[in-house]
Amino acid sequence: MFKKLAIGAAFALALTPAASFAAGGGEQHIEDFHFSFEGPFGTWDQNQLQRGLQIYTEVCAACHGLRYVPLRDLEALGYSEEEVIAYSAENFEVFDPELDDFRPAIPTDHFPVNDGVGAPDLSLMAKARAGFHGPYGLGINQFFKGMGGAEYIASLLDGYTGEEKEEAGTILYENKAFPGGWISMAPPLAEDQVEFTDGHPATVEAMSEDIAAFLMWTAEPKMMERKYSGFVGVIFLSLLSVLLYLVNKRLWAGVKGKRQH
Amino acid sequence: MSGIPHDHYEPKTNGEKWLNSRLPIVGLIYDTIMIPTPKNLNWWWIWGIVLAFCLALQIVTGIVLVMHYTPHVDLAFASIEHIMRNVNGGYFIRYLHMNGASLFFVAVYIHMFRGLYYGSYKAPREITWIIGMLIYLMMMGTAFMGYVLPWGQMSFWGATVITGLFGAIPFVGDAIQTWLLGGPAVDNATLNRFFSLHYLLPFVIAALVIVHIWAFHTTGNNNPTGVEVRRTSKAEAEKDTLPFWPYFVIKDLFALAVILVVFWAVVGFMPNYLGHPDNYIEANPLVTPAHIVPEWYFLPFYAILRAFTGEVWVVQFASFITGGIIDAKFFGVIAMFGAILAMALAPWLDTSTVRSGKYRPMFKWWFYLLIIDFFALMWLGAMPAEEPYATFSLIASAYWFAYFFVILPILGVIEKPLPQPETIEEDFNAHYGKADADATPAE
Repeated sequence: MFKKLAIGAAFALALTPAASFAAGGGEQHIEDFHFSFEGPFGTWDQNQLQRGLQIYTEVCAACHGLRYVPLRDLEALGYSEEEVIAYSAENFEVFDPELDDFRPAIPTDHFPVNDGVGAPDLSLMAKARAGFHGPYGLGINQFFKGMGGAEYIASLLDGYTGEEKEEAGTILYENKAFPGGWISMAPPLAEDQVEFTDGHPATVEAMSEDIAAFLMWTAEPKMMERKYSGFVGVIFLSLLSVLLYLVNKRLWAGVKGKRQH
Repeated sequence: MSGIPHDHYEPKTNGEKWLNSRLPIVGLIYDTIMIPTPKNLNWWWIWGIVLAFCLALQIVTGIVLVMHYTPHVDLAFASIEHIMRNVNGGYFIRYLHMNGASLFFVAVYIHMFRGLYYGSYKAPREITWIIGMLIYLMMMGTAFMGYVLPWGQMSFWGATVITGLFGAIPFVGDAIQTWLLGGPAVDNATLNRFFSLHYLLPFVIAALVIVHIWAFHTTGNNNPTGVEVRRTSKAEAEKDTLPFWPYFVIKDLFALAVILVVFWAVVGFMPNYLGHPDNYIEANPLVTPAHIVPEWYFLPFYAILRAFTGEVWVVQFASFITGGIIDAKFFGVIAMFGAILAMALAPWLDTSTVRSGKYRPMFKWWFYLLIIDFFALMWLGAMPAEEPYATFSLIASAYWFAYFFVILPILGVIEKPLPQPETIEEDFNAHYGKADADATPAE
């Protein structure tokens, strides 16, 4: 009885992340987008990440920075060293204290900080938001759906209803995914705003997913390495468990008699 | 070391004799790992090893993290990102450390509730229990300060709320809070002292762990029957016990390996599940998060802290008779620490002469209810402070105190315990049968 209860309790415990209590507006709607990187076996979709970078560069970078992401890391998206050098120099200028002036960015720089209009930095946005909560604060759906940071971002970008209102001199836009329902960011994406070299359709929904995937990468660039280490450890420890089980059984066999009932 | 009679180390060669007469360290290690251990220990007894492993894991990963971390309000958050992105294997070491704290608390709670069920706290093991409670308090302090170090939003606001508790102490509260923080608010001085203490306390815990082990090696382990090992002679003691090495070392290592499979899967596949997304936002003193929620392992006591609001008659009564010195906030703080103190006092509150809950038909049910209560409090601690959660929290908190201060003392008087086995050997044989006489024990 004690055993069953305790096991049940331990299970319930394992399913209770603090994050599930982040709470939010009741009407908040987060779409459960499917991303290629989800689950233990999920991997990045490199083309999607490249499209996401393009959207970030052409749209988001106007207001949002990526201060923790070094430009050199872009090689992980499949770009060559030359391409990263060219991309950095073409798109960003950074302030160099030695020159006491701005110069074109080089791969060892980070994406520039951009707090000109008070827009939040996006480096960690995909980990700083949770898409799913509950039920009843128990965190069970996060266990199956993941934390949902990327889902939140995609839902937000795809969640504008078209309604707007003015409040204290600021225009607010109605959004299905934003807590409270009204956001001060104007809808950033419009159909065919970005032209992809791979001919991928540029609908608002598709672009929302691409940028969300890219921001998941900026937030957790070592996700694949982490899962790989996870597999190595789980497999090794499982084998070790089996061996220790057999050793333990053998060791105790001499002490334990046969069950009498 | 007194206790259960067993073989002691005998130096054989001249070299061993030379060392032993100067420093009997081999003998000490021998006596420690060959300690006679009740052979009927069940799987609830494996968590001690898990805890020892957790402490080692946290110290080793922590030392590596410190090599790359910068304890400064302007740099701490960025230095964590540096670890996650640029340090070789840093992302994994950091996630191990982060989730290692959760494994540590899972293990300590199971370990504590095991002690509560099987009466491990009762005479003559009160000192072991008290040392254990001190370790638990130190763990909470260490975990809390560790959570502040990444300097995220929850770090900052958690530190603000928790140090604010000390500000609730009448007359001297403000002075104490300022002294703890190193200034009027959570700032660089706070971060630096928390960092310093977060590095220090694990070593204090390690020392207390040695005392904890020393204490129960003196009294001998408790066991599922609660019946003591016979210790009139070595031969008799050997019928009830097996040496810790190899029998329990291998058993515990097997259990540890299984637990680590699960732990590794969490770290590898869902490392942020037990964390809070707000802590990936850098601390900002000007923006308060919508809900300030502590880590899951603090939630039960956080629920008790919040349960006693100004509307509760006990609080109003306390406030009235102390002339307002004890207000609702201070009452909550007393209740929270009191809830932990209640556990520490269990050896003296439990009046039953029977040690193990297995033979206590009424106790069992109250104990299961306490487990449910613990999880209910954990859930309530995470819920917003509004109805109906406030009422539930109050009921759940009341049960926590009632269990220790009312139920345990009364049960011992009114309960009729079931018959217990005479010896550990009898219990063991009832489970596993008598070993065949000609079977050779593995050596």
